Amino acid sequence: MNIIFLLLFFSLLIAVAFLAAFLWSSNSGQFEDVEGPAMRMLREDRKKQSTNS
Amino acid sequence: MEKEIFKYDNVITRNFLVATVIWGVIAFLVGLIAATQLFYPDLNLDLPWLTFGRLRALHTNGAIFAFVGNAIFAGVYHSMQRLLKTRMASDLLSKIHFIGWQLIIVSAVITLPLGLTSSKEYAELEWPIDIAITLVWVVFGINMFWTILKRRERHLYVAIWFYIATFVTVAVLHIVNNIELPVSAFKSYSVFAGVQDALVQWWYGHNAVAFFLTTPVLGLMYYFLPKAAQRPVYSYRLSIIHFWALIFIYIWAGPHHLLYTSLPDWAQSLGTVFSIMLIFPSWGGMINGLLTLRGAWDRVRDSAVLKFFVVAISAYGMATLEGPLLSLKNLNAIAHYTDWIPAHVHIGTLGWNGFLIFGMIYWLLPRLYQTSLYSEKLANWHFFIGTLGIVFWALPMYVAGFTQSMMWKQFNPDGSLLYGNFLETVTQIIPMYMLRAFGGLLYLIGATLLVINVVRTIKSGKLLREEEASAPALAKRYQKEKGEYWHRWIERRPVTLLLWSTVVILIGGAVEIIPTMKIDSNVPKLEAVKPYTPLELAGRDLYIREGCNACHSQMIRPFRSETARYGEYSKAGEFVYDHPFLWGSKRTGPDLHRIGGKYPDSWHYYHMKDPTIMSPGSIMPRYGWLMTNSLDFESIPPKIQAMITLGVPYTQEEADDAANIALAQAEKIAANLNNDENIEVLPQDEIVALIAYLQRLGTDIKTVE
Repeated sequence: MNIIFLLLFFSLLIAVAFLAAFLWSSNSGQFEDVEGPAMRMLREDRKKQSTNS
Repeated sequence: MEKEIFKYDNVITRNFLVATVIWGVIAFLVGLIAATQLFYPDLNLDLPWLTFGRLRALHTNGAIFAFVGNAIFAGVYHSMQRLLKTRMASDLLSKIHFIGWQLIIVSAVITLPLGLTSSKEYAELEWPIDIAITLVWVVFGINMFWTILKRRERHLYVAIWFYIATFVTVAVLHIVNNIELPVSAFKSYSVFAGVQDALVQWWYGHNAVAFFLTTPVLGLMYYFLPKAAQRPVYSYRLSIIHFWALIFIYIWAGPHHLLYTSLPDWAQSLGTVFSIMLIFPSWGGMINGLLTLRGAWDRVRDSAVLKFFVVAISAYGMATLEGPLLSLKNLNAIAHYTDWIPAHVHIGTLGWNGFLIFGMIYWLLPRLYQTSLYSEKLANWHFFIGTLGIVFWALPMYVAGFTQSMMWKQFNPDGSLLYGNFLETVTQIIPMYMLRAFGGLLYLIGATLLVINVVRTIKSGKLLREEEASAPALAKRYQKEKGEYWHRWIERRPVTLLLWSTVVILIGGAVEIIPTMKIDSNVPKLEAVKPYTPLELAGRDLYIREGCNACHSQMIRPFRSETARYGEYSKAGEFVYDHPFLWGSKRTGPDLHRIGGKYPDSWHYYHMKDPTIMSPGSIMPRYGWLMTNSLDFESIPPKIQAMITLGVPYTQEEADDAANIALAQAEKIAANLNNDENIEVLPQDEIVALIAYLQRLGTDIKTVE
């Protein structure tokens, strides 16, 4: 059942990659504001369309 | 700060959106045809490319990769530009991605009905298409990460994280599960065998659901639901927890597809534990979605878009509770191999994926075309008909699955099987198959209403090809210092780092580990188990071509109800030469692992010619072309050669002489068949090879029983 090592390896690889991504995002302040982003994404930065009904 | 003016690319979104609608209708239609064949087999018109075994793969691939795939890309290209406040990095890459993906789908539509398949579920496409998928996926990845690097918004909104996880994980899954040795232009063998191949396949299969049908669609939910409801997501904090918890847990749940097989018990339990844990992030996400509508439920009444979203998110919640429950061994013993599993899956695909996508289309299309939806009323009709469709699809299948499983396990007082004839358990649930097809029909009718609405909306509006927007540039956070180490430079580029480290480790891991996957270090070896004869191997490839594994398992679980019906339970050591494994996941027909020697050759001949001759009432299709098609004996030696490369112990003489060895065996079987006065076969008829394979199945260890 060596295959388990292969799959463990790739699964851990993915997990470690995500862990690195998490540490980066956490350290770089991605999660300092957990209210603003939810509001900001609602804002339309598109120019007013007169044809829009 | 100075505002920069830039333009969003709406054309790419529109293209993927239109492709979604077209492929969606086709995938639903193919599904309906396949579902109808289960109670009206004549619908295949006796054409090979319309039989259930081949259509089933076309339907699943169409629904997953064509319908949901295109919808994901439409949503990703739309939302990513706006969330990152930048145009996609490269219009050219976007176009290559779009055209490449459509060509891959077209090639699937051609090759799958032709029977060109690797047999691995949701990864059926043969090796040249696998390579094309990899290339197009990389194009998508480059475009996405490049866009992220160019962003004008420092914070990566949670949807973006879901997209990143999708890209990274699907890339790894696709490559690992499709490591195969090409034999000819459209034929390959998995380098893994038997139980190992099964584990890789379901590690892939489960995570394909996780990272193709779930994470990207959650990303879409976190973008389009707040937009449509015009209020922020209930808890952004929860969405972040949802994301990280989900991706760390999901990857370990795959073994729950192999409960009661020869997989080591600890691995099965590990899969179950992680599956149960998955309830929490999944339900966190569902609750977060539903509570986003707090105080806005009155709008659900008026808005078809929100209605679709509410049912989609509810279906997500139901499917992600049911999944962990099905991974409990006691429930799995009942549900596995039955129609319960398709019911579970279709709550996910029809409800969660389909309805979220429909909602997204109805919301997005009028905005791209600067108009309002052609008919809100029609969209509401779509919603109600579609919802009824889901109910009619799933409920009968739950009943059918449970009924059939109970019948399989029912004993007489004397200890014999109450329903010893498998067919009895099939004819019992045929009314349920009819209701299910009716559900599918309703869902398809709903989708045609979508088509009408889409066409009329497009006609009444004008596509806003380039949408102008403005945002301040992202302030540079770091200044490069003189003489700093290169690796500090690279640390500041986390995306680049992530990408390259993944690539490097992938290559390293592949080089190091794959050679250790040889057979001798594999599973407990059984002395009696020998490789297939050349003719049997050719017959096995016919079994794969016809998709027999779509309806027949080759894995007898260690239950008395199964050993009484089929014979000795399946051992891991019996599959060491099976490249690929053919355990199947559904028993629309009986298990075939111990079919060898159970019936005379002539029984198989008549049964394949017309199953109702031997089993009146059978819903299996006729395979008349096997009696007239000729097997190409010259194609066999390269196959044996490939098996030698994969470590199967054939001698070189056997490989060189494979055509003659096969012919000699075929002549024997043909002579035996021709003893029956109603049968006239030639040794080179395909049916002879298939019978050779079927008669070999599971016979190697009969002596130890």
